[in-house]
Amino acid sequence: MTALVPRRSVSVVYVLLCLACVLYLLPVYVLLVTGLKSFQEVSLATMWKFPSKLSLESFSRAWSGAYLGLTGLSVNFMNSVYITVPGTLISSLLGSMNGYVLSKWRFRGANVLFPLLLFGMFIPYQSILIPLVQVLQTIGIYGTRGGLIFCHVVYGIPITTLIFRNYYAAIPDELVEASKIDGAGILGIYFNILFPLSLPGFVVVMIWQFTSIWNDFLFAVVITSEPSLQPITVALNNLAGSFSVEWNVQMAGALIAALPTLLIYIFLSRYFMSGLLAGSVKG
Amino acid sequence: MKGVTRDRAISFGLVAPSIILIAVFVYGFIGFTGFSSLTKWDSMEPNFTFVGLHNYQRLFSTVPTDRFLCDLRNTVTFTIFFLVGCIVLGFALAVLLDRHVRGEGIFRNIFLFPMAISYIVTGVVWRWILSPGTSLTGSTGINLLFDKLGLGFLKWGWFTDANMVYIHPDSRFGVFLAHIGLGGLASPYIGISLAMISVVLAASWQMSGYTMAMYLAALRGIPTEMREAARVDGATELQVYMRVIVPMIRPVTLSAIIVLGHISLKIFDLVVSMTGPGPAFATDVPAYYMWDTTFRGNNFASGAAIATLLLLVVALLIIPYLVSTTRSEVRA
Repeated sequence: MTALVPRRSVSVVYVLLCLACVLYLLPVYVLLVTGLKSFQEVSLATMWKFPSKLSLESFSRAWSGAYLGLTGLSVNFMNSVYITVPGTLISSLLGSMNGYVLSKWRFRGANVLFPLLLFGMFIPYQSILIPLVQVLQTIGIYGTRGGLIFCHVVYGIPITTLIFRNYYAAIPDELVEASKIDGAGILGIYFNILFPLSLPGFVVVMIWQFTSIWNDFLFAVVITSEPSLQPITVALNNLAGSFSVEWNVQMAGALIAALPTLLIYIFLSRYFMSGLLAGSVKG
Repeated sequence: MKGVTRDRAISFGLVAPSIILIAVFVYGFIGFTGFSSLTKWDSMEPNFTFVGLHNYQRLFSTVPTDRFLCDLRNTVTFTIFFLVGCIVLGFALAVLLDRHVRGEGIFRNIFLFPMAISYIVTGVVWRWILSPGTSLTGSTGINLLFDKLGLGFLKWGWFTDANMVYIHPDSRFGVFLAHIGLGGLASPYIGISLAMISVVLAASWQMSGYTMAMYLAALRGIPTEMREAARVDGATELQVYMRVIVPMIRPVTLSAIIVLGHISLKIFDLVVSMTGPGPAFATDVPAYYMWDTTFRGNNFASGAAIATLLLLVVALLIIPYLVSTTRSEVRA
């Protein structure tokens, strides 16, 4: 009896897991199957069928096609790159400095300051959008990629600070104290000791920031109105909202928009996980 | 000693830019939004004539539109189904994976990858999957799949269904409620928006991997001896879960409720790309209404009032959580 029951329960576990996988992969199947069909083959009645011949036509149209008044996604894809890369780098550096000071150079009031800082990552951004637009217009960076980078850096401060602070807290204080006795200053300790040890921390924070900046829609749609400057999430939404665009072009566009973060996830999923769990304020 | 004071000064210099930015761009801006919500600012030109709580009163009335009341109902519908969906699904997947199955990493990655994707992509794909089709096109999307699998009875209008499930004031129960002074409960604003279920499906597809990961980490943290001890005492496998494991992972459930709850209050991108406000505001949400009325309708004061209410509810949820986690950290 003891031998039989576990074996059956193990196969039940596998059946259930595989069933769940089918459900989770269903949207991916639809994306691929629709995106890879040629125009002749696209019809509503055959949407679940596998294409008889693979065609990259939809991808090239979504990518470069001046498609009924919409520019190709290539421009917007590059905008996303130009916004996401500097945004990720700057906010990671800021977070690293903040995390360093808040974990190794604690000053009076830091215990009050830290939760106040953290609250900034939970707020609904609707509650700051109105003055944000006014201020960006006044400084003259409204509607630009630079303006969008600036927003991502500012509103990325809480999460990057949190992850780095927790990361540095795990590095023994004795290491810092010993260097102080040896006469090293605050910057020396950072560049010679903490920074070289922070590579894994940087990977976690940069993946997190890259994913959230690349996937952002709210800031992008409010701050950029010029189609040639909009990042890919806004362009994809416009493409999908236009009734004249066929489903297969929409699906190809969706795949293009998802690809960078998906690739990062596939190759660096371990780091993605730790960022995820850090994001839930687990000290 | 001199070096120490200099280092102190530098340390302030390092964090000062961030502190100032957060002070202005988070707290200063929140203050400005709160102030704007009390004014008459309803066009491109700012107008700071004080009108008290007028904008809030308008939101909670049915004149000129009952849109905000619909939004509240939709948010409640979304939050309840989304939380239950993610917690039940995430816990079930974690329990299955906790048995050290072969290929665990692959399964885990399949359940988690939707989190790496933008809500816009999710919305575009799920809108295509859940498009019910019209009388002209016949069934499309999942309805078509149901037809082919002989499950045609499962077909319905998905996010195009404008029906609400609520207690009708004229129904026998509605009359009874009115009789005992609870007539307010029998209203289309207290109920379930069926179209919202489609948005819940897409959101749960995206976020249930998160609860799965949290539960799996928690389950792995429970010492094997505890389960063994319960089994030795004659507990069945189900009893081990109900009596030993579920109570031990309660803190994870609480964190999941708070994190997912605040996500559901803020849900915006998914609604934009998947459904928009929907028929009779069946899938409208406060975050969408705020954006729509502020940046498309130029009703800045009204948008500021929605934003302020949204912030207050999120703060009620998040502040106790932040205080308790940072306090336990200090103690430890």
